[in-house]
Amino acid sequence: MAVIFEKPHALLDVTTHYCPGCGHGIIHRLVAEVIDEMGIEGDTVGVCPVGCAVMAYDYFSCDMIEAPHGRAPAVATGVKRSNPDLHVFTYQGDGDLAAIGTAETIHSGTRGENIVIVFVNNTTYGMTGGQMAPTTLSNQVTQTTPYGRDVKTAGYPLRVCEIMAKLDGVALSQRVAVDSPAHIRQAKQAIRKGFENESNGRGLSIIEVLSSCPTNWGMTPVKAMEFVREKMIPYYPLGVFKDVTAKEAQQE
Amino acid sequence: METYLMKGNEALAEAAMRAGCKCFFGYPITPQTELAAYMAKQMPKRGGVFLQAESELAAVNMLLGAASTGVRAMTSSSSPGISLKTEGISYMAGCDLPAVIINVQRGGPGLGSIQPSQADYFQATRAMGHGDAYIIVLAPDSVQEMADFVALAFELADKYRIPALVLADGLLGQMMEPVSFAEPTQSSVDKSEWAANGHKFKREHNIVNSLYLDAPTLEKIVKKRYEKYKVIEENERRCECYMCEDAEILVTAYGAAARIAKTAVAKARQEGIKAGLFRPITLYPFPRQELRESAKSARVILDTELSMGQMVEDVQLSLGCTLPVEFYGRTGGVVPAPEEILLKLREMNGGKE
Repeated sequence: MAVIFEKPHALLDVTTHYCPGCGHGIIHRLVAEVIDEMGIEGDTVGVCPVGCAVMAYDYFSCDMIEAPHGRAPAVATGVKRSNPDLHVFTYQGDGDLAAIGTAETIHSGTRGENIVIVFVNNTTYGMTGGQMAPTTLSNQVTQTTPYGRDVKTAGYPLRVCEIMAKLDGVALSQRVAVDSPAHIRQAKQAIRKGFENESNGRGLSIIEVLSSCPTNWGMTPVKAMEFVREKMIPYYPLGVFKDVTAKEAQQE
Repeated sequence: METYLMKGNEALAEAAMRAGCKCFFGYPITPQTELAAYMAKQMPKRGGVFLQAESELAAVNMLLGAASTGVRAMTSSSSPGISLKTEGISYMAGCDLPAVIINVQRGGPGLGSIQPSQADYFQATRAMGHGDAYIIVLAPDSVQEMADFVALAFELADKYRIPALVLADGLLGQMMEPVSFAEPTQSSVDKSEWAANGHKFKREHNIVNSLYLDAPTLEKIVKKRYEKYKVIEENERRCECYMCEDAEILVTAYGAAARIAKTAVAKARQEGIKAGLFRPITLYPFPRQELRESAKSARVILDTELSMGQMVEDVQLSLGCTLPVEFYGRTGGVVPAPEEILLKLREMNGGKE
């Protein structure tokens, strides 16, 4: 019988710890498919965050490093600068990247580090049980915003891609989502572009992926995907905020 | 061998490059600035990486990243900056990563002062971050030893897969002395079993990690690491003994304080006071057996430090409270003159000269 669909080689054949309906499974697969298609698994080093994806080192088959909370871009910088021939990506959540790791995110961007940041935004600290994240929406209920996020006291949700797009060292800043097959295809193309930028020394690529957290949102997986579509995308518009290759194409 | 006149901070940098340090990640702080400046000038010329990070946290985690790939790499700072770096140092200890860290100590706590101090002894030997862990701590007392101990730190770090700290201070960092450098070396340790530098489809994937959610597994790994500490404690103790053989008053001091104490001991001897100096070179592992041996003829110990007396505890523990341990120190960045220690030695000698 012909095999027409299988697990990417860059993903190990193991059961993950992710909750049913969580977007991490899809996003892991997209990253792995890109690594497979580019044939770079043997020269790739991935850096895990602290958060739900902390154990991604057990799922990806390339070499992996587990970074302290928020420091993945610094760790990735150390890997890439000491071994410029390696392909280096970080896989981070919103608390990790946009709260405790804000400085590392901004400065790896402004230095134009040749790394790929896969940034999973599900508006919550999932691993610790659903606290407010920097990306938690206004009025959204979490464990630490039990009356809904009041922007007057808890601040406004952070739009990371818009900030990163302003940095000269950033090659690609794009927001995608994994709520529908069409968006998933788009997300994969963005991740592929990120790895190509990294390979060609264009600078840092950040791909923000809007994803779901049915467990902490207290929703069914289907409802959670609807939340991404109806609540998240209006505040976090999908699109390309910076793409240096578009400029290159224009100049040609 | 050529001799150079160099600042301690510059000797640290030069020695690191000669020891095969490929990457340096820094962040400005007084009084270690010359080290980073030297690296910034030299690293690009010598095929290495100099990178000024956005914070000490970023710098130490860049070090973690570089060390994870198996290259020799280093970061440096001074006391308040080292406190920030302890995050990454704990992770490196938990990942069994070889890496070198320099602390050119200044006064504390808090922002403290920018003058020489030895007030980070507890931190260096007990608390380089959270968790059950030690790192190797080497304490130079001259510009020459600054150079020698950086090379030694890289060697020991590789050999035992452990972070190694060179604990200097603002006095040693800023002063100029003649120094010569050993022949350039490279790591001779095979790191292919654990380094995350691309598996090339030739081996299983390597994981550099300090997380173990299964408690018994973490316990097993920590216990295995403590077996390593036992080997280090057995084999890597280093010290200098100066006129200890017949010393009735044994002075204990390390680093810059030991230089001052040595002058005081020599002067005391001229006055007929039977003083000696025991200088720990490795602060972890502390040379306990050697101190016991050196204190055989002593009736009293005088510990002296540029702090409120942090090494006192290790001295007492080593001697099992068999001898009284007195202390004389200056802190906050104040450096004592040899005469101050000499006065104390006279007093301990019963006022007799």
